[in-house]
Amino acid sequence: MHTALLLDMAAEAFPDRTALGPRDGGIGFGELAARARGGAAWLAGKGEGTVVFLGLNGTALPVAIFASGVLARPFAPLNYRLPDDDLRRLLARTAPSVAIVDDDMIARVAGTPDVTLVARSAFEAACLDEGRRAAELELAEPDIAVLLFTSGTTGEPKAAVLRHRHLASYVISTVEFMGSDEDEAALVSVPPYHIAGVSAVLTGIYGGRRIVHLPAFTPETWVEAAVRQEITHAMLVPTMLGRVLDVLEARGEKLPRLRALSYGGGRMPTAVIERALRLLPHVDFVNAYGLTETSSTIAVLGPGDHRRATASADPNVRRRLGSVGRPLPGLELEIRGSSGEVLPVGATGEVHVRGEQVAGEYLGRKAIDEDGWFATKDSGWLDADGYLFIEGRLDDVIVRGGENISPGEIEDVLRNHPQVADVAVVGVPDDQWGERVAAIVVPRGEAPTPDELTAWAKARLRSTKTPEMWEFRAELPYNETGKLLRRVLKQNLAARASAGEAAA
Amino acid sequence: MDLKPGSRWRSAVCDAEVVVVRPPAAAAVLACGGHTMVAHGAERPAGAALSPDHSAGSLLGKRYTDAESGLEALCTKPGAGSLSLDGRPLAVKEAKKLPSSD
Repeated sequence: MHTALLLDMAAEAFPDRTALGPRDGGIGFGELAARARGGAAWLAGKGEGTVVFLGLNGTALPVAIFASGVLARPFAPLNYRLPDDDLRRLLARTAPSVAIVDDDMIARVAGTPDVTLVARSAFEAACLDEGRRAAELELAEPDIAVLLFTSGTTGEPKAAVLRHRHLASYVISTVEFMGSDEDEAALVSVPPYHIAGVSAVLTGIYGGRRIVHLPAFTPETWVEAAVRQEITHAMLVPTMLGRVLDVLEARGEKLPRLRALSYGGGRMPTAVIERALRLLPHVDFVNAYGLTETSSTIAVLGPGDHRRATASADPNVRRRLGSVGRPLPGLELEIRGSSGEVLPVGATGEVHVRGEQVAGEYLGRKAIDEDGWFATKDSGWLDADGYLFIEGRLDDVIVRGGENISPGEIEDVLRNHPQVADVAVVGVPDDQWGERVAAIVVPRGEAPTPDELTAWAKARLRSTKTPEMWEFRAELPYNETGKLLRRVLKQNLAARASAGEAAA
Repeated sequence: MDLKPGSRWRSAVCDAEVVVVRPPAAAAVLACGGHTMVAHGAERPAGAALSPDHSAGSLLGKRYTDAESGLEALCTKPGAGSLSLDGRPLAVKEAKKLPSSD
């Protein structure tokens, strides 16, 4: 079904209820639907093809998402943080297209062939034009809803294809229509070009929860907006949560109105979530696991799971705090070995999923098999009660002397050392073993010695998993949505290893 | 009538509209208010009246299902008529309450 219908339904049910922005003076569902129609009519006259969005979070984002939907044209949000050359190359890949661009970013992408640039301010003004808003505009036959360029941490970005039916299926099967209380409000700080930024708009509108966009994330502005806008719900990636907790602690801010905080988009260090549970005892925590290619969330660890894990004496229940919970109802999930066989409980393999929300497609290439299964390229395992543990990307697995070693497990052990603030574990080429395990450590206070860390790891891990190479740095390279840039670290270390410089 | 996923239908006798989420296993007739629904863009037939036996109403945002055929339809506009497939009344599908993750 058509995602634009989701907004039409909300506008039909509660035209005057606030959909976007502040409770008083925000934009109602009826007004949002009218702006989307007005914007669609205007965009249709500007040019053909994909509708690109290049800009910060704000009211224009949901309007543009639904305007593209009405026209049944793909909506492609681009990462404005990319260097200009990379950004122009991505924009060129969307041609033919009409690009809505923040006024102060237009100069960065001017002159891209077959791309019509329109200023965000002009788009927003056009959405208010009475004539265009009133135009009878039937929903066009739906096809591709969203094109999302993957973050490209392992190479040239791929354009993931999400069709209307995948996104609509995700929304209607996970959210109750207008099921939110009228005083609920979600603070959206993930950028527009992240799948969570798109799904937050769709589920927020369908659920009837007011959406407040933070133009760009800083922990200080997030906390200030949460207080001022009476925020009850929010989603953060792990690195954002850690920084928000620092600000809360420094200011003594308790966020009494906040009810639920979900996190995802990367591995959450147990120490950070335990600190969050301690600082915000009244808040429901939800760990959501999903991929761009699966229309966002496919597994959740709910508030009850968090509380039971924290309170339990049973180590099997306690460790679920490090899991991503259980698959959504109606979605099938299997762990498979390297020859495709389904693995039993407790065995680590590749996570495969199947379901109506699973798109598993890139422009020009289907990545889903004949039976509808999608291989996530994530390594993980299930416990006896169906809780899913994600160990990391398959590409990141270290193969040492034929043994597969997941960096995540080693990182968790090292992160629990009192003098370790952050750590990354990668494989570096080794003549004898194929790869050996290297750790890059960000010290907390005085740096621990390699011998101390080796002893700490050996006491808690098999000796083959104990890092053989150590490096200390002031910080690790992350992209802006919190993904560790392992490829960069691997290249740095491989170069040093071959030069024989790094501490053995 | 071709009840394919994503197809939209309107009641012949009231304001109700639905979109098909999951198709029935075999060809079937979807009705509202006791009368066969018409395609979304089509005109309502003249003279049809709401049947009292099918007047429990259709609620906006509810998912309706037929267990026998597997049909699932989402009500996108509410109306006075209630939905049926080959004469069998559709049941409201209770959504499993999930914690919000977005």
